[in-house]
Amino acid sequence: MCPTKSASSAALDLNALLARHSADPHALVQLLREAQALQGWLPRQTMAQLATGLGLTLAQVEGVVGFYRFFYTQPVGAYRILFSDNVTDRMLGSEALMADLCQRLRIAPGAVRDDGRVSVERTSCTGLGDQGPALLINQHQVVTRLDGQRVAHMAELIEAQVPVAQWPAQWFEVHDNIRRADVLLGHAAAPGVALAAALARGPQAMLSELKRSHLRGRGGAGFVTATKWELCRAAPGSEHVVVCNADEGEPGTFKDRVLLTHCAEAVFEGMTIAALVIGARRGLVYLRGEYRYLLENLQAVLARRRAAHLLGACIHGQDGFDFDIAIHVGAGAYVCGEESALIESLEGKRGAPRIRPPFPVENGYLGHPTIVNNVETFCAVNHIANQGGAWWAGIGTPQSSGTKIHSVSGDCERPGLYEYPFGTRVNRILEDCGAHDTQAVQVGGPSGMCLSAFEFGRRIAFEDVPTAGAFMVFNRGRDMFEVARGFAHFFAHESCGFCTPCRVGTALVVKRMDKLAAGQGSRHDMEVLFELDKLLHSATHCGLGAAACNPLRDTILKFRPAYERHLKSLYFEPGFDLDAELSIARRMTGRDDAGAHLENRQ
Amino acid sequence: MTEEESTVPGFMLDGEELPFEPGETILQAATRAGRYIPHLCWHPEFEAHGSCRICIVKVNGRTCASCTQQAAADLEVQSNTEEINAERKMLLQMLFVEGNHFCPSCEKSGNCLLQATAYQIGMEGPHFEEFYPDRPVDASHPDILLDFNRCILCALCVRASRDVDGKDVFALGGHGIKSHLLVNSASGRLADTDMALGDRAASICPVGVILPKRRGFAIPIGHRRFDARPVSEQVECETP
Repeated sequence: MCPTKSASSAALDLNALLARHSADPHALVQLLREAQALQGWLPRQTMAQLATGLGLTLAQVEGVVGFYRFFYTQPVGAYRILFSDNVTDRMLGSEALMADLCQRLRIAPGAVRDDGRVSVERTSCTGLGDQGPALLINQHQVVTRLDGQRVAHMAELIEAQVPVAQWPAQWFEVHDNIRRADVLLGHAAAPGVALAAALARGPQAMLSELKRSHLRGRGGAGFVTATKWELCRAAPGSEHVVVCNADEGEPGTFKDRVLLTHCAEAVFEGMTIAALVIGARRGLVYLRGEYRYLLENLQAVLARRRAAHLLGACIHGQDGFDFDIAIHVGAGAYVCGEESALIESLEGKRGAPRIRPPFPVENGYLGHPTIVNNVETFCAVNHIANQGGAWWAGIGTPQSSGTKIHSVSGDCERPGLYEYPFGTRVNRILEDCGAHDTQAVQVGGPSGMCLSAFEFGRRIAFEDVPTAGAFMVFNRGRDMFEVARGFAHFFAHESCGFCTPCRVGTALVVKRMDKLAAGQGSRHDMEVLFELDKLLHSATHCGLGAAACNPLRDTILKFRPAYERHLKSLYFEPGFDLDAELSIARRMTGRDDAGAHLENRQ
Repeated sequence: MTEEESTVPGFMLDGEELPFEPGETILQAATRAGRYIPHLCWHPEFEAHGSCRICIVKVNGRTCASCTQQAAADLEVQSNTEEINAERKMLLQMLFVEGNHFCPSCEKSGNCLLQATAYQIGMEGPHFEEFYPDRPVDASHPDILLDFNRCILCALCVRASRDVDGKDVFALGGHGIKSHLLVNSASGRLADTDMALGDRAASICPVGVILPKRRGFAIPIGHRRFDARPVSEQVECETP
């Protein structure tokens, strides 16, 4: 599990870690992950040693540690259980399962058991919405399809101190669940074929092909990929860098997890084609910490590609075409999906979004011109290299070319991945996944759009309903207020805390939503929620903060009765119960007659 | 600017043309011209941080922070409008409810940029519910008191200690609503740093976090910097 090491051997290990990373301060996040894997948590002494070894101050290291959710400055349980806390997990009963596990282990959520054996907490969506409820153990492995039986068995294994590696193997099974394949999830060309096609075209012609394809980034923002690459290619710099954003943190999204499992070759090959176009020698994959269990396989694919001369020096025998890829594992921070925050994190810092301009294409990783693209975007590049831009542009709509993969979860018979050409209507997807009596669909995750039944004729496309890949289905039995409240908690939990409106605003939204949930809300609270939404949209430092109130705004507008059920009065209602506050005075005076209660109480 | 003839066209700030130099931000150009744009985390001596968002303006219809937005010819910038001041007021209210701000008993009262800006914007109450966080003070240093209750996370002390003093005494830590200021020492206390009263970081705090000890109310309330004139009339104090 997590071996308790003596101080001296831990120090030796740290020195070895530092040496392995050449004492590079930009490797701080990786070093912290590895140091924590040795000791289970990060004692102050460890942070101080790393600071000294890297030429940083202790406070700088402490600042980085405190930024990421998966770093601990206090001892944690030898078994650290983190229940995935997306709405889809809760809909599958995760709350009751977590309560059951806590009861069996005799611990409270968030606390470490007195014997140090185990701790149980919640974490943001682990990207397993199609096979939840899910949990994460020691930030390394996942258990899917939890049920009462698994929880009961797990409690026994923990009490018997059975190492996680000896737990039933089927618990760790992660299924691809590809339900509808089109171009990207369909037949893949052999490794190297797309790269050979790109090399045959040459960098400039490959870029032209990409332009012709009208490919737009799959991470959500929809920036034209060829424009990004062209700007980076033209930017002066001693080195150019290709970054793959595999920080799939948007709740309800899991298509990148499958792409990294099912077609990792294509992802790396797309990155290599990008390197050819922009003239990069260095590639980096930012893999979210929750996907740590994919790392060994990804490393094996990279090794295979090096052996096949598809990575490394003189790729495909072409002199001067040198490119290699390293994988950086994140440590639990949704905001690092934002490209400039992601770059900060790659540089070993707190993942706060940068001031832009300059944009990464000019000034990115370590100041080098850098492109950051989504996993799915790099997959698409292969197909464009193979079949040409015009072919790709012929799929989908004029403004949204090609296909898009949707991570379908929630109230449907067949959750999993569905790939369609852009322009597909929402109700087609609902029909295919076996959704019935659907009340709402959250497209693109909490920062996307919540659609109600009268909008199911709309099309998934940048010009109508854009998406980063999540498609969460809610039937008429679901309380959309509770869905929005869950998302509000998510954004407050994940706010990086850099700018005032997001840091304080998301926490204020949570207070209001909890007040409504407690039955103490009024119309005034809803007005304040609208005010906060408006402010966050205009005043935040980055796009994630701006989108933090999207689920709230959509659900208030479209599912108002779900909110009004929680309103106590049409007028202002205080956040506390005045009569209940008087209970102390009543107890002290020994009275409990009608006259000792507020008049309007029954 | 009445008779000044500039070869380079300026930008428009609330309907008045302002000249700028290449590389200047809107806030820098405005400050140089003696025009007030409310701000907290920005200081003319340091690189912009862009975190407090009080200096938001509308540039060609889009809201952005004037401390980070580059000035450019023909920009149409709105700052002193009802809409933007209402947003600034909400941001100020957020900062007030996030920490523990008890102006009447605060030594910084009257010299506090947060308080002065709140008066300037016409903030009359907190509007939101207070968080009342538990933030112990650090009184370990012989000459300097740290009262984190008033911290607005502007990071000016971080920048001053790093860029001017070369000491790196401070850093930002945590995340979300639990973000906080860190002190760089093994104990995490100021006494174990080499911070001194003469450091730039000791006098940069716009609110009342970093205070000299044994100098309480030497200037009576009513005679302090912002008691004399509102912050909007003291822009020249910030001209480098």
